[in-house]
Amino acid sequence: MLRYFLRRLLSLAVSLIASSLVIFAVIEVVPGDPASYMLGLNASPETVAALRDTLGLEGSPPERYLAWAGGMLTGDFGISYTYKVPVADLVADRLAVSLPLTLYALALSTIIALPVGLIAAARRGTATDLGIMGATQLGIAVPNFWFAMLLVLLLAVRWQVFPAGGFPGWEAGLWPGLVALTLPAVALALPQASILARVLRSALLETLGQDYIRTARAKGLSRRQAILGHAFRNALIPVLTILGMQFSFLLAGAIIIENVFYIPGLGRLIFQAITQRDLIVVESVVMLLVFAVILVTFLVDLGYAAIDPRLRRRA
Amino acid sequence: MTLLSVENLSLAIHGTPILSDVSFRMEEGEVFGLVGESGSGKSLTALSLMQLLPNGSDVMGRAVMGGRDLLELSEQAMCKVRGAEIGMIFQEPMTALNPMQRIGDQVAETLIVHGRATRSVAARVAREKLDRVGLAAERFPLSLYPHELSGGQRQRVSIALAVALRPRLLIADEPTTALDVTTQAQILDLLKGLVAEERMAMLLITHDLAVVAGIADHVAVMRKGRIVEADRTEALFRTRGHDYTRRLFAASSHVPARQPQTRAEPLLEVRGAVREYLLPRPSPFAPHPKLRAVDGVSFTLSEGESLGLVGESGSGKSTLTRAVLGLDEVQGGRIRLLGRDVHADRRMPDDLRAAMQVVFQDPYGSFDPRWKVERLVAEPYHLTGRPADWRARVAAALEEVGLEATDAQKYIHEFSGGQRQRIAIARALIARPRLIVLDEAVSALDVRVRAQILDLLAALQESHGLAYLFISHDLSVVRAITDRVMVMKAGRIVEEGATEKVFADPAHDYTKTLIAATPVIPAEWMNGGTDARDAVV
Amino acid sequence: MRGGLALGAALASVALLAAAVSAVWTPYDVTALAIAEKLREPSAAHLLGTDHFGRDILSMLMVGARTSIAVALVAVGIGMGVGVPLGLLAAARRGGWLDEVIMRGNDLVFAFPSLVIAILITAVFGPSAVNAILAIGIFNIPVFARVTRGGALSLWTLDYIRAAQVAGKGRALISVEHILPNILNLLIVQGTIQFSLGILAEAGLSYVGLGAQPPTPSWGRMLAEAQTMVTLAPHVAIFPGLAIVLTVVGLNLMGDGLRDLLDPRLRRAR
Repeated sequence: MLRYFLRRLLSLAVSLIASSLVIFAVIEVVPGDPASYMLGLNASPETVAALRDTLGLEGSPPERYLAWAGGMLTGDFGISYTYKVPVADLVADRLAVSLPLTLYALALSTIIALPVGLIAAARRGTATDLGIMGATQLGIAVPNFWFAMLLVLLLAVRWQVFPAGGFPGWEAGLWPGLVALTLPAVALALPQASILARVLRSALLETLGQDYIRTARAKGLSRRQAILGHAFRNALIPVLTILGMQFSFLLAGAIIIENVFYIPGLGRLIFQAITQRDLIVVESVVMLLVFAVILVTFLVDLGYAAIDPRLRRRA
Repeated sequence: MTLLSVENLSLAIHGTPILSDVSFRMEEGEVFGLVGESGSGKSLTALSLMQLLPNGSDVMGRAVMGGRDLLELSEQAMCKVRGAEIGMIFQEPMTALNPMQRIGDQVAETLIVHGRATRSVAARVAREKLDRVGLAAERFPLSLYPHELSGGQRQRVSIALAVALRPRLLIADEPTTALDVTTQAQILDLLKGLVAEERMAMLLITHDLAVVAGIADHVAVMRKGRIVEADRTEALFRTRGHDYTRRLFAASSHVPARQPQTRAEPLLEVRGAVREYLLPRPSPFAPHPKLRAVDGVSFTLSEGESLGLVGESGSGKSTLTRAVLGLDEVQGGRIRLLGRDVHADRRMPDDLRAAMQVVFQDPYGSFDPRWKVERLVAEPYHLTGRPADWRARVAAALEEVGLEATDAQKYIHEFSGGQRQRIAIARALIARPRLIVLDEAVSALDVRVRAQILDLLAALQESHGLAYLFISHDLSVVRAITDRVMVMKAGRIVEEGATEKVFADPAHDYTKTLIAATPVIPAEWMNGGTDARDAVV
Repeated sequence: MRGGLALGAALASVALLAAAVSAVWTPYDVTALAIAEKLREPSAAHLLGTDHFGRDILSMLMVGARTSIAVALVAVGIGMGVGVPLGLLAAARRGGWLDEVIMRGNDLVFAFPSLVIAILITAVFGPSAVNAILAIGIFNIPVFARVTRGGALSLWTLDYIRAAQVAGKGRALISVEHILPNILNLLIVQGTIQFSLGILAEAGLSYVGLGAQPPTPSWGRMLAEAQTMVTLAPHVAIFPGLAIVLTVVGLNLMGDGLRDLLDPRLRRAR
């Protein structure tokens, strides 16, 4: 177990270093001089030099990379060129909205998908199963931001059950915050729940064909007992894989869907930064997103070991 | 007392008839052998009794046990029967247990699901049962997972969970087919002991006549979904009343007529071959331990000779075979064919590779399903260049192995297992090799097909002056087709000599164990009768 | 399930046909503005109504189909063109350092969702439809590499591969002659799935302004423009969304149908 953990940890570190190198190369090396890129063509050499100085963009690329990476390790993400405040503070504010939204959606998606997938597999071939398969087929195909627009149209404009957008901030209290995030979370969660339910169903059906299910049935377990007692846990491995991938889809989806609801999250921050050529902000936010994906991969790997004894103990 | 009475059991799956009018009776406490070739319907007979058939099955007839017709019971009632009154074990121990659950829990579950015990009591019973099947507490705590056990040990766990509630009937579906011969002998002993001790009846399903001979009270022979003959074991073995039974027996002990062809020139020389694998590190910074799969093996195979290599799984014979074939490089020693070095890369010239061809075990995995037979058979021409008349040669090779020239235009899925092995032999012959490596080449075949393939191999050896390296775990096959035999264990050749001498008078303890463990039909049962001179087929 | 395949093929063909026809004919000119006609409900003159510039929505959808399909298709091409050879190479050298390098590289690319790739490219080079193609295409590479490697690995253990080795064939030749044809099924199915995901991704990227730029019509951009007037004229937002949903459902049904049709296990059972 310890060896497995250490190996995963090492792989986490290597992925972080490799991805930060890629991001650094794209943002700071490919465009030539980032300072003159940010200021545009008409900037005088003096202003460019001044900006380079404020942003700490002097030195050779390796030196700058080390300074940037070292800064991030200590929580220093640099200064935003447009906002003139530390990027770390900017990002922290926005993350306090985007991260809860993503986790909210992930929780919703899991809570919906698990029972739906189980029921579809247990009632394979029945009308219930066909209905679920049809509904999830549609769910997969719906772009979440369009679904969000329809939700706003119905639940916020026509029936006025939910606010149409905006975010009161967590200072207003937990409940108003959650209410504001509910429609976006639902819009994000339903398509992902469709995928997850289908994956669980097919994983369960695959598992149900295994020899050990026949052994369990020969012991006297009913089909239902065999599904819950034996198939479910074995089917969790592919489900966990998809769950990990969903996190990154949800995070990306959250960035897009914040536009529909005018929610001040990472998405709004990064699109403003792109239009204003605030490369330092873009660089930090992208690194943060990639870090989140890599971290989730690491957690999923630990999850495999928690589920599967073959990874935990090597004979 | 009759325990189970099966009357006119018929089964169709999606409209295809599988079983017709299967009837037999089992007495309390007896061992009943159900014998047949693959596809005869013997396993589906058992699954019918358990109501564990695939979807789309349509069963008719009766199977009365304890005054109730099992086939009529509701699913709910059947759940109470399974595991409690009828236990069942299956062929494949590697996949029969839930990989995510501790073995103790898997045994205890039988008791818990039937409401016969609380968790703590069930755990205690599970311990007793595992002790009884030979998995003692010190080495095999309840907390082990299946992947920490060998195949034979897993089969013991399967037995423990099947007999945990002392069912009156145990169904064993090919319980030892996937196991090595020494493990098979232990498992059969265990089953025999359990049946006697618990006054349990056993329905033993197997393709192996010798296995039933040693254990069953009654035997029924199945063919194409019907029982062709049933009797007390000894009586059935002695009289062999039905024509099919006679052919089955003749094939199972068939020895092809062959003359030793050995010439004095050495063809393949292996000297001190070593092949190691790295194992996972025991701790994060320890060096990789090494497994010596092949540990200093030396032997010589002469032109025209038929040399056997026997060993159980893990003995290193597959690793040695790969090295001989030039698929893996040896790490020590050398392998020479026709006096030239065998290598796993470009250093081994094509014409040398062409001198050695191979036939593998699995008739289904041996051919690219997207290629026509003519292209498959002609593949070794890659080594020699394709002659202008290659189509004629492929046709000739197909005819030589007993197929039609027109078969060249077909795809492989149109052929049966036996026909595929013939095509594999045609492919091995096409480049006119001096040596053919037969890697478990007849192990996956039914006995009658196996006898035919052995005859074909004997004939080809004579007509082409071929040498064979015959690798098998099956001692009787090796005895039938080789001049000389080597016994391999833990990477070493422990005994080597003329086949008849080794089998009649083994010198090494391991060889003795192997031979003793191999089930045989008592010789006196086989004498007399009418079949001794019957043709195979 | 044959019905699913037929329905899927029909839906996907409608989208393809609309895209093809739009190259030579659309009911109205999508570049001409007609403010007087703006935000008309569906009618005989404008089957799906008009947008805030008075442009015909049906015509816009047809031209938008061209953008969506072209982006998704080229992205699948990039993914296959790079991913499949990498996957074959990794499988042929399984367990070796090359396999390790390719697979770790794959993991690295997997850590960048296509949206993040698009953000990176756009931040440096500015937004365009080509960005969307590149972003989705790069994201597809590890997907195809993994599918190819996985399928190839299970084939490499088979005896017919060993037979080919005994016949003196090298890894490259075996990969081309034996492996690739036998994983083609997998690749076709995965290609259909990535095609439909590509359409969704393109819509998302165009919606946030990282994809096709004005005046190129695209389904995602139509939705972005519709957003501000969704309460006034819902049809402006509904039809582009429906176009996406139907096309994606069609492609997914086709993928499922093809998988059932091409799966040799299922075929043998039939």
